[in-house]
Amino acid sequence: MEPAVPDRQGLYDPANEHDACGVGFVAHFKGQKSHSIVEQGLLILKNLDHRGAVGADPLQGDGAGILIQIPDQFYREEMAKQGIDLPPAGEYGVGMVFLPQEAASRHACVEEIERSVKAEGQVLLGWRDVPVNCDMPMSPTVRAKEPVIRQVFIGRGPDVFVTDALERKLYIIRRRAANAIKSLKLKHGQEFYVPSLSARTVNYKGLLLADQVGVYYLDLQDKRTTSALALVHQRFSTNTFPTWDLAHPFRYIAHNGEINTVRGNVNWFKAREQAISSPILGDDLKKVWPLHYPGQSDSASFDNALELLVMGGYSMAQAMMLMIPEAWEKHTTMDENRRAFYEYHAAMMEPWDGPAAVAFTDGRQIGATLDRNGLRPARYLVTDDDLVVMASESGVLPIPEKKIVKKWRLQPGKMFLIDMEQGRIIDDKELKDSLAKAKPYREWIEKIRIKLDEVPAAAEKTAAASASLLDRQQAFGYTQEDLKVILEPMMQNGEEATGSMGTDSALPILSAKNKTLYTYFKQLFAQVTNPPIDPIREELVMSLVSFVGPKPNLLNTADINPPIRLEVSQPVLTATDMEKLRHIHKYTSGKLSSFELDICYPVAWGKAGIEARLASLAADAEDAVRSGANILIVSDRKLDETHVAIPALLATSAIHQHLVKKGLRTSTGLVVETGSARETHHFALLGGYGAEAVHPYLALETIENFAKGDAEKAEKYVKNFVKAIGKGLCKVMSKMGISTYMSYTGAQIFEAIGLQKAFVEKYFTGTPSNIEGIGVFEVAEEAIRQHEEAFSADPVLATMLDAGGEYNYRTRGEEHMWTPDSIAKLQHSTRSGKYETYKEYAKLINDQTKRHLTLRGLFEFKPTGNAIPLEEVESAKEIVKRFATGAMSLGSISTEAHSTLAIAMNRIGGKSNTGEGGEDAKRFLPVKGGAMLSDIIGKSRIERDIQLQDGDSLRSAIKQVASGRFGVTTEYLVNADQIQIKMAQGAKPGEGGQLPGHKVSEYIGFLRHSVPGVGLISPPPHHDIYSIEDLAQLIHDLKNANSRASISVKLVSEVGVGTVAAGVSKAKADHVVIAGFDGGTGASPQSSIKHAGTPWELGLAETQQTLVLNRLRSRIRVQVDGQMKTGRDVVVGALLGADEFGFATAPLVVEGCVMMRKCHLNTCPVGVATQDPELRKRFTGQPEHVVNYFFFVAEEVREIMAQLGIRKFDDLIGRVDLLDMRPGIEHWKAKGLDFSKIFYQPNVPASEPRRHTEGQDHGLAKALDHKLIEQAKPALEKGQKVQIETSIINVNRTCGTMLSGEVARRYGNDGLPDDTIHVKLTGTAGQAFGAFLAKGVTLELTGEGNDYVGKGLSGGRIIIKPSADFRGNTQENIIVGNTVMYGATDGEAFLAGVGGERFCVRNSGGTAVVEGVGDHGCEYMTGGTVLVLGVTGRNFAAGMSGGIAYVLDEDGSFKSRCNLAQVALEKVLPASRHAAGEPLHLGRADEEQLKELITRHAEYTGSSRAKSILAMWEAYREKFVKVYPHEYKRALTELAAAQKEAA
Amino acid sequence: MGKPTGFMEFERLSEAYDPVEQRLKHYKEFVHTLNDDEAKTQGARCMDCGIPFCNNGCPVNNIIPDWNDLVYRGNWKQALEVLHSTNNFPDFTGRICPAPCEAACTLGINAAPVGIKSIEHFIIDKGWEMGWVVPQPPKTKTGKKVAVVGSGPAGLAAAQQLARVGHAVTVFEKSDRLGGLLAYGIPDFKLEKTVVDRRVAQMEAEGVVFKTKVVVGDKNVPAGINNDASDFVSAEQLKKDFDAVILAAGSEVPRDLPVPGRELKGIYAALEFLIPQNKEVQQGKANPINVKGKHVIVIGGGDTGSDCVGTSNRHGAASITQFELMPMPPEQENKALTWPYWPYKLRTSSSHDEGCSRDFAVATKKFIDDGQGNVKALQAVRVEWKDGKMSEVAGSEFELPCDNAFLAMGFTNPVGSLLDAFGVVKDNRGNALATTDGDGCYATNVAKVFAAGDVRRGQSLVVWAIREGRQAAREVDQFLMGSTTLPR
Repeated sequence: MEPAVPDRQGLYDPANEHDACGVGFVAHFKGQKSHSIVEQGLLILKNLDHRGAVGADPLQGDGAGILIQIPDQFYREEMAKQGIDLPPAGEYGVGMVFLPQEAASRHACVEEIERSVKAEGQVLLGWRDVPVNCDMPMSPTVRAKEPVIRQVFIGRGPDVFVTDALERKLYIIRRRAANAIKSLKLKHGQEFYVPSLSARTVNYKGLLLADQVGVYYLDLQDKRTTSALALVHQRFSTNTFPTWDLAHPFRYIAHNGEINTVRGNVNWFKAREQAISSPILGDDLKKVWPLHYPGQSDSASFDNALELLVMGGYSMAQAMMLMIPEAWEKHTTMDENRRAFYEYHAAMMEPWDGPAAVAFTDGRQIGATLDRNGLRPARYLVTDDDLVVMASESGVLPIPEKKIVKKWRLQPGKMFLIDMEQGRIIDDKELKDSLAKAKPYREWIEKIRIKLDEVPAAAEKTAAASASLLDRQQAFGYTQEDLKVILEPMMQNGEEATGSMGTDSALPILSAKNKTLYTYFKQLFAQVTNPPIDPIREELVMSLVSFVGPKPNLLNTADINPPIRLEVSQPVLTATDMEKLRHIHKYTSGKLSSFELDICYPVAWGKAGIEARLASLAADAEDAVRSGANILIVSDRKLDETHVAIPALLATSAIHQHLVKKGLRTSTGLVVETGSARETHHFALLGGYGAEAVHPYLALETIENFAKGDAEKAEKYVKNFVKAIGKGLCKVMSKMGISTYMSYTGAQIFEAIGLQKAFVEKYFTGTPSNIEGIGVFEVAEEAIRQHEEAFSADPVLATMLDAGGEYNYRTRGEEHMWTPDSIAKLQHSTRSGKYETYKEYAKLINDQTKRHLTLRGLFEFKPTGNAIPLEEVESAKEIVKRFATGAMSLGSISTEAHSTLAIAMNRIGGKSNTGEGGEDAKRFLPVKGGAMLSDIIGKSRIERDIQLQDGDSLRSAIKQVASGRFGVTTEYLVNADQIQIKMAQGAKPGEGGQLPGHKVSEYIGFLRHSVPGVGLISPPPHHDIYSIEDLAQLIHDLKNANSRASISVKLVSEVGVGTVAAGVSKAKADHVVIAGFDGGTGASPQSSIKHAGTPWELGLAETQQTLVLNRLRSRIRVQVDGQMKTGRDVVVGALLGADEFGFATAPLVVEGCVMMRKCHLNTCPVGVATQDPELRKRFTGQPEHVVNYFFFVAEEVREIMAQLGIRKFDDLIGRVDLLDMRPGIEHWKAKGLDFSKIFYQPNVPASEPRRHTEGQDHGLAKALDHKLIEQAKPALEKGQKVQIETSIINVNRTCGTMLSGEVARRYGNDGLPDDTIHVKLTGTAGQAFGAFLAKGVTLELTGEGNDYVGKGLSGGRIIIKPSADFRGNTQENIIVGNTVMYGATDGEAFLAGVGGERFCVRNSGGTAVVEGVGDHGCEYMTGGTVLVLGVTGRNFAAGMSGGIAYVLDEDGSFKSRCNLAQVALEKVLPASRHAAGEPLHLGRADEEQLKELITRHAEYTGSSRAKSILAMWEAYREKFVKVYPHEYKRALTELAAAQKEAA
Repeated sequence: MGKPTGFMEFERLSEAYDPVEQRLKHYKEFVHTLNDDEAKTQGARCMDCGIPFCNNGCPVNNIIPDWNDLVYRGNWKQALEVLHSTNNFPDFTGRICPAPCEAACTLGINAAPVGIKSIEHFIIDKGWEMGWVVPQPPKTKTGKKVAVVGSGPAGLAAAQQLARVGHAVTVFEKSDRLGGLLAYGIPDFKLEKTVVDRRVAQMEAEGVVFKTKVVVGDKNVPAGINNDASDFVSAEQLKKDFDAVILAAGSEVPRDLPVPGRELKGIYAALEFLIPQNKEVQQGKANPINVKGKHVIVIGGGDTGSDCVGTSNRHGAASITQFELMPMPPEQENKALTWPYWPYKLRTSSSHDEGCSRDFAVATKKFIDDGQGNVKALQAVRVEWKDGKMSEVAGSEFELPCDNAFLAMGFTNPVGSLLDAFGVVKDNRGNALATTDGDGCYATNVAKVFAAGDVRRGQSLVVWAIREGRQAAREVDQFLMGSTTLPR
């Protein structure tokens, strides 16, 4: 038996694995045990099957399991057969143990367990072989890894009296045995694993498919196996490696989601090893460490931590509140005691942050909690016979409606607990109130919390620096651009500057300029497996609060004298703050004391001095903490001509990590005072590597200097800067899905490019760095070079900073790929059709012997055979078909530029991409020769005409589906050859976008289904993709809408992208794009352009290696893009594993772009990236030029292929053996690079395909829609009305979508006349019910829906009403899940019940009536009408810029839950009182609309709520609130005025 | 960038000239520097390009967008600092540079380019006006001595750079005035000599020693080349006395026109006319050539030709005709295929505007004698160009009256004997052989002897000379000190 997951190899690292899943439980809340609970648990598992995934082999799942109470009677009888008498229930424990197949190792493991039992004074009762079904069909790879599964029975020792005590002993036995077995370092020791060892629960899990669990474990089939609860889990992992232990449930939890901060959380646990003590565990605590092992999943780590807290004396609920706190920081309406509870605990432990629905049980209680953002679904129901069923989706158990008394969902940050001993459900409020009142937290907080703001200003002043401001700026590497591009916008506007067109400058490791250490690190970001957060519109979950100082003892549950803590509201400290800290002992009467560590050292020591200096700093820090200092200040303020500063990031991390290793880190605070920090990225890094707060003294001095002595101005500037950094930090954190600075601190969400592995391991332990690079001495050298330059006699630097050239090109500034010459040559060549000129261009880009820019620039080709004649190489005509243009929306670029690309790509048989702005249906039709562009699009919409040829087409083959879903209609989807789901964009991965109102022209408004002049926001995440199984769902939806299109998923290169790509392949994507970090953009924050993501060489190579290793490569096509410019780039991409290639900037340059980098200002002077009609007249691009370009590129490819002796392009793909690192690289930094990981070939059989060779099985055959389409034939073919009746269950996902695709194919967006196809359904619909439903189709469902009902609704009507048998009130029971009507463009939904979170997000034209919604309702809405006849959650209308929502606000509390940043709340006036000429929503008076909608709602759904409102209309009308977006009101008023003028 | 939409709002405004009739009366500059508001508006037209092609188009790589922005914001002093960081003598280039930067200006793709030169002119004039241009003597002396041969823009730039880092620099000039072609080539109406003089004064204050009327290397300067030398220093002596020598002697040998009648009186190389003219303007020493009432033919369509036209007009010539061998270039270039490079197009100078007829695709056949050894007419023929080859158009000969002809067909190479005296290897055009990039650039084959400017690259623009002077200075500093902080 081999180790399950392959070791690190090449760029593949098992640490990057992700998983997500379906979770559920069923419990009898009175604690009545039965076998049927177990059976029902297994049935839930089966019905969640679609949430899991299968690997290359359909029989190989990712794991599933069930956790139940110990079936005492069953075990008793079974053990009796062995002659073993079990003690009474509760007095013995059962361990489920996975043992190695290899006999000797197995024996050793068994011995260790027995030894531990004995050592802990307990009694070994005996072993039982767990019977499994050996005949069950199983994938051979899974079978090969199958452990020997045995149960161990342990009785209580004489000193143990109660079950809780036994439980703790069992815990210690398990930890002790596991640590002992680990330390044996047996090859097969890794296979040892204890799924559970408890006196209360037992866990049956394995690397099984969901429906195999009950088949495999024979115990589960035995009627004597009874339990009052069953917690089940089905895993969807990104890999395909058979691992039995990673299956859920764990011992206490089953988790759906991802803990983004896990690295930091695990580190912090390590950091407190020394500082922690437990009155309950006492000396046993020592046996627990280490708590975490490398290679554990986030869920396993979470489980370990939770277990420790519970064993340390916390109740399970309290422990969960500690680990996954609600968003309390900005919760204005939270109970004061509860807030105090959270605040008190906040200092004890950083949150485990990330999307999470965690179900937990200790065998007595079972419950679940949801993360603060509510990013995972959890629905539950309660029956009149005391059952509770909770699962990721509804309908997983067939329960008669008449038995159900409540249908609800878990809400963000909320917990739900069933106490089977008390026999009742304890709701969130009661649970938390009682915990919050258990101790005087409010009083404590007030006594022990010192807010830095409230500390009196220090009288002391630090001595002024001896060196001049300019010299110090230079010593820290400031350039003029830092002032102009970075600092000035921040201090003026309070936010980071925006840039455009990506980045093409030299990587820091390749740069001839001196770079700061910060630039070698790249921010990681969420894609697919977890969602980023919108830190602006969802600000309520974000928190920058930081505690400076020692952390309280986590396990001191009996604390009566909690230590003092210092709180800062955000981590950027001003000079005043810093002085307070420096003298904090004075202001806290000695309770806190700070100690300063000077990180400067004499320049004379040279670069060799750094290592020892770092070592002494670490030792000094340790000494200081041991002698009582509890705030360490890492400072480089003493820099002067003769003293160079160690890069603050390095010093901070070195000290932080040293203290972590010594277990001292939680005994002290760590504050950095540095001249180097000036941009968001710097602060993020310092925080990410351990700083609780940062004082950027030099940046602040620089800013104050701008004020030229005006103190008031200076203060404003500083305030703005601090605000901007705070916003920036929220953005950086949120792009990884992290909401609190507390959990971000030390979380190391970065990877390094160009740093030596050994250096990183020593000072930035755990940070990925894959291509080696410079080490500690070179880092010192770079700092010294900078320092020496600063204090040199350089005449240019005597009066000013270096010009820079990083953001904008400057001669002799930083090198760029796009230079005046490369642009000129490219434009001249493609306009004149001269290949020789193109070759000059290509040489400028490709030849990096002198100018080092990209990793690939350092590659060289290494032919293994003889060159062949050019004629033998595949033709250029074939090669260009592999080319695509990038996703640039009409909006980011002009209509002219956009259509030119489409025409050109269609001429060559490549693919153009709509981008995320929709596409004019006029472009779908074939073109007649001789027509002009304006003949098709319309004269008024074209400023520069283009002559079309016969056979031309304006249709973009790739239709993008981005988070904004602008213009994503069914018609749009059916007109695609490929549908691309944009998960991330190279220029700003993990972020959303914004199209300001002034860019939303009449045409763009039309295309995006929005009102002209109203700004449009693309949310950071797709609100229907919070995890990998969600992505699988969207892929399924899109495939249903258009089965002829391939589905593509666009990812951005970062460490771990390969693993994500493997998940994407398992999620059945046909195509994956790996984009480099450097790709273009219309607008993005500068720090995102520069500091997030990695070059595609790394991401592509990792993707190829991981896919091949997982045997998933053959079924997915891989495309690469990101600053793709020449044929050489294409060949490098192919050799690293790409089938296809995306180009964006280069074709734009061909069209005339001159890299102004002003796209975001709408002032493109060549008419490419602007909507200004005057500027668009200046557009000169021609399709011929673009065609020329691609043929030139293909020709260059052919020449290289001939030289390599390769005839067919297919034969290039994945041939990394043809690549090598160029010899003789002399550059002092670059020579340390090592590309062997990029050039690594996974060791798999040669027969394993390394390129795309086969299709995916999308499982469409099972769709319910086939039946609907069959029966709807008369309607589809002849427009006749049809009515269809059918039942539906939750596995019938994406209902009505395929049918709608058929409608749209035939009738376009206009669809069929209203209600032509009427489908009546009964039951619980699966996810995405009615997705993309087309006009003319009505789905009338009696029962309930799940998540994503009416996603992308395109004109159809959805009616959902509860079964007549259901007794609950509609406004108190949930009827549809989360993210309903997401991206709807048209159509209606009438939902007689409450909807989940994020109702009608990004609605741009749909109408919905619902009887209550969760948090974030109507977020980002730009059009349409929403009527809520009940209570809403928080943050309603965040980012809403169009459309209208009407909310029935019976108790007047709605205002407190509405985000008023962009909307006004108005009363609904009687129709008669509208002023004449007043702009009206959809041209009708509010009252009229309301009444009509409610009437129809009553009619369609029979809602008694609706009927009673109508019955007392006048009284109710008063209670309606109209949510009216400011921008929409303005636009309506303007439109009305314009119409008046026209008339 | 000051005004993102400035380029859409404001028109290009060229510097105003005195009216022709007025300016023909004198030899003074007639160009009006922009006023403060005009400069601000013109600065606002700059788009602060992500890739400023101007920055690359400019041979000294002036950081144009930065100072445009500073001018827009009224930060003139800082603008001057930025400008001086790449260019020692913006007062020269702001007046007489043909502004390749403007040809490269992105706005020029489809609109009138930013008036970069006029803004440069404004900045430096403002700088002098405000007293911001001051000597920058070195803090410490290195004790190294450098000789610079030639006081043209290359020599001056090199000398200033080297003096500022503490070397003892001596500039040798064979003429009686400093500035090379700046002083004795370019007429005063294009560049008043006070502009050069105040720079010389600045450099003297920075420690540069100037020696005029000293010829270096070979006393025997060929005829037709201005030589006021009274002293001579041999190459050997110079190498002995100095730690490094920079040859920046320019490219002085004019291209001749070997046609029948060339020997007739009244036919001169352009500088034979222009230098005495400058001497007349500056020193009151009458120009022996006076073309008042004469029929003048200027052969050669470049800047020197233009200067002859301008000077002849000021003399009051009866007619002025300028011949160009090449066909008339297009008035508007094909920007799609030329931008951002220096386009081939018809260029009309201020001197042309003052009156002159221009004829293109004309070759001179012979000069016709008046019987007394004076030229009286010129016979020319029309030519055709095909694939780079020229042929005469049969029967197209014509004759023009000609009292004076000025040959302004460029300069072929430096005075060879200077290079020979130092033993410097020449390239195939007769220029000093040295590279401009990488290790050992600007160094000649002779130890410690460097070459910069036209002497190395052949005839070119003042701005190229400044670039070479600056870059050579850096190499010399590196050579002398082992390291350098001078910018390239």
